[in-house]
Amino acid sequence: MDLLIPEVGTLIWMLIAAGIVFFILVKWGFPAITGMVDERNEYIDKSLQAAKEANERLAGIQTECDELLKETRAEKARILKEAADRRDEIIAEAENRAKESGEKLISDAREQIRLEKEEALRSLRRQVAELSVQVAERVVLKELSTDEDQLLLIDRMIDDVKTGK
Amino acid sequence: MKRILYILSLLLLMAVMPARAQEAQADEETVDVKGIIFGHLKDSYHWHIITLGDKEVSLHLPVMLYSKVSGWHFFMSDKLGHEGSYEGFHIAQDGAYAGKLVETLPDGTELKPLDLSLTKIALAVIFNSLLLCVIVMCTARWYRRHSSTDPAPKGFVGLMEFVIAMIVDDVIKPSVGKDYKRYTPLLLTIFFFILLSNIMGLIPIFPAGANVTGNIAVTLFLALITFFTVNVFGNREYWKEILWPDVPVFLKAPVPLLPFIEIVGIFTKPFALTVRLFANITAGHAIILSLTCVIFITAKMGPAIGAPMTALSLFFMVFMNFLELLVAYIQAYVFTMLSAVFIGLSRPEEEHKEIEN
Repeated sequence: MDLLIPEVGTLIWMLIAAGIVFFILVKWGFPAITGMVDERNEYIDKSLQAAKEANERLAGIQTECDELLKETRAEKARILKEAADRRDEIIAEAENRAKESGEKLISDAREQIRLEKEEALRSLRRQVAELSVQVAERVVLKELSTDEDQLLLIDRMIDDVKTGK
Repeated sequence: MKRILYILSLLLLMAVMPARAQEAQADEETVDVKGIIFGHLKDSYHWHIITLGDKEVSLHLPVMLYSKVSGWHFFMSDKLGHEGSYEGFHIAQDGAYAGKLVETLPDGTELKPLDLSLTKIALAVIFNSLLLCVIVMCTARWYRRHSSTDPAPKGFVGLMEFVIAMIVDDVIKPSVGKDYKRYTPLLLTIFFFILLSNIMGLIPIFPAGANVTGNIAVTLFLALITFFTVNVFGNREYWKEILWPDVPVFLKAPVPLLPFIEIVGIFTKPFALTVRLFANITAGHAIILSLTCVIFITAKMGPAIGAPMTALSLFFMVFMNFLELLVAYIQAYVFTMLSAVFIGLSRPEEEHKEIEN
């Protein structure tokens, strides 16, 4: 029966010895351990999360790369096509312009020729007239003594020439 | 394997030899089984370490007494001598104070003084506490010197972390509930103190071997820690559930039937904790000691019975020691779990109530 009665002295010793140790452990012992275990668990969770995110990002980068490559290819094709178009355009324009300027040159030349021809005709005609006059002078000099007769003859001859033409 | 066989045969021989030697004086001394068992289970003023031949080696401990009649007395326990009396005090042989020092007054009556002696259990408590402190603080030192990004500890610190994580995750977190972190250090301390004391009680060599957790004052102290934690930090809802529980009014209004039961419940919880731990450890020690005594009893009956019985009891002792090792852990676990559950019950959540209503 005495086994079942708590002894006051033991309780007091327990209070002193175990009390102090309990206080130390509760205050400085276990919090250090559990705190760090919690911290490490948190760190592990965070690391796992980060690894998962990194993996996801890596996969994202892969698809992004593919996308970029595809885009680039499309851009290249577009640029090439544009360049070809532009080239054709330029060539066409150059041809046009060459044609135009050639035509203009030809027409200019033709005009020049026409003008020169006219000029030549005119001068020719004058020389012919002068020559005719001189010839006529010589011919008529003897027949015509008066100026009036001369002039009349000249007019008649000119008219003949004009109509004769 | 060879070594174990060697030790076993040596033990058998040791069990048989005294029987031969004692055959002459056979019936003179019988084995005082009760005395051996209770001598171990109960507290003592000196710590018996070993008996070498006729010489008993024991540690004498200081006795501190305060008597209302004769005041303070301080002396070492070796002064008590064999008859166990000194300065008017003697160790009571029977009665309510059997094994304790009582004072004989001039008129012949016996008076129990206030006994503050540093007894075997008290010394073991101090030793166990210091050992626990060293173990835990050494473990904590590792954590202070490392950061959370370092790899996990190995060896003893790793073992401690494993046990701590198991107790926190399996016992404390689900039982206490939301703000379990506040109670974790206390519950872990209780767990490791009980576990260490239980294991130390199973080691029969000084300075281990004292029946610390099989002492009701020790278990009462541990239960009182839980009791105060529960009732000091219990919230309003806890006290409302005790004093004005959510039951039909006639159960609580004219005669406070349920509040009475609840209030009794406040005290039965630590009582149950006290007795459970005490009884389990005491029973375990008693069984192992009984099996040990079987060797000495049967040895007196001669080698023919003594040898096989010794082997049998050795086998059972090994088995019981393994079982007690398991019990040492289970009882520490159960004490911690029940403490955690009681703490959890003292902090019911108010929202829970509102949903029910």
